[in-house]
Amino acid sequence: MSKVRLATVWMDGCSGCHMSLLDMDERLIDLMQHVDLVYSPLVDTKEYPENVDVVLIEGAVSSEEDVEKIHKIRHRSKLVVSLGDCAVTSNVPGMRNRFKIEDVEHRAYIENAQNNQHVPRSVIPKMLPHSRPVHEFVKVDLFVPGCPPEADTIFFTLSELVAGRMPDLTGKTYFGA
Amino acid sequence: MAVKTFTIDGQAVTAEETDTILQAATDAGIKIPTLCHLDGLGDVGACRLCITEVSGTNKLLPACVTKVSEGMEIKTNSERIQKYRRMILELLFAERNHVCSVCVANRHCELQTLAEEHGMMSVRFPYQYPNTTVDASHDWFILDHNRCVLCTRCVRVCDEVEGAHVWDVMGRGTNSRVITDLNQPWGDSETCTSCSKCVQVCPTGALSSKGKSVAEMVKKRDFLPYLMATREEKI
Repeated sequence: MSKVRLATVWMDGCSGCHMSLLDMDERLIDLMQHVDLVYSPLVDTKEYPENVDVVLIEGAVSSEEDVEKIHKIRHRSKLVVSLGDCAVTSNVPGMRNRFKIEDVEHRAYIENAQNNQHVPRSVIPKMLPHSRPVHEFVKVDLFVPGCPPEADTIFFTLSELVAGRMPDLTGKTYFGA
Repeated sequence: MAVKTFTIDGQAVTAEETDTILQAATDAGIKIPTLCHLDGLGDVGACRLCITEVSGTNKLLPACVTKVSEGMEIKTNSERIQKYRRMILELLFAERNHVCSVCVANRHCELQTLAEEHGMMSVRFPYQYPNTTVDASHDWFILDHNRCVLCTRCVRVCDEVEGAHVWDVMGRGTNSRVITDLNQPWGDSETCTSCSKCVQVCPTGALSSKGKSVAEMVKKRDFLPYLMATREEKI
């Protein structure tokens, strides 16, 4: 049986979902018997590959770069999973949404900066007016809420997907977990 | 007092004619999900989570404010009802800024629990991200409009039980807000007795005690039936 081509993506999130993924500990070794990790912050692939079977998205869509990325990911992946509250609801990144972008930038880069106070206009991707959940941009096939979802929840989700089943997560995780 | 006989989910039930569907179902051991209802307070049918299907009408009737009648056939958990309950929950989440992960009431929140129980894994409606404020002017308590679901439990407990009527609702539709006195800062309220009943009955993190961090705000809601019972005995 060929291995499942798995990707994980880190957008506007704190990386806590990836930490929770690593929290599967020795179960990762079992899982890797069935999975080929083709793209992830944990591996050194630069370009999102074609023909991805399953992709776990951590984080909300918050910048123009995220929008470009998420469309490419959808196009190149069979099954898109929103992993964690930021991807599912926009969560903490979305807390800036009630403020104007200029005010958010001013707060981050000028008010709270000790050195080199200026708003970067190059290198850093342009922020969207609102940080929004992934499914407001592309079709999402599975939602795994939680902040972060527990390692057990992620293991259950991946095990089911590897076995070719769509996991039923009712009662297994919740917003704010 | 007249007694009515009817069925709930196919089960034959008898109740007094003054009972609501919710009371009759609860007495019969049938659980109907609720949010704005709280034992000990008058019902207003604000949240619509307790909607039921009743024979003879296409309308979905809220169990908390619908009286039982003879021969009613009531369904409490049909597919249609489940669909609408989930929709109501999603709309509540989309309407304000409910960020469970950083909320004082995380894991002690009735809205969060309902979402979990109803298998709500995402919200299909666009989040509104309203410009809702926090009033921390009271010495002991905080009002966070971001988490308010407009259940009006605070309004009712203050009016019906404490007798102070500090709370009320201002505005229309999604612009509705709970207010203290004449929309004055809570800390400036001349009517508030600081009894904390509103904080305890609030189902979410909208009302909390000061000094509580994420997931630390545990509400004590069982004081209310006890308080009402002791009052009745004295009358």
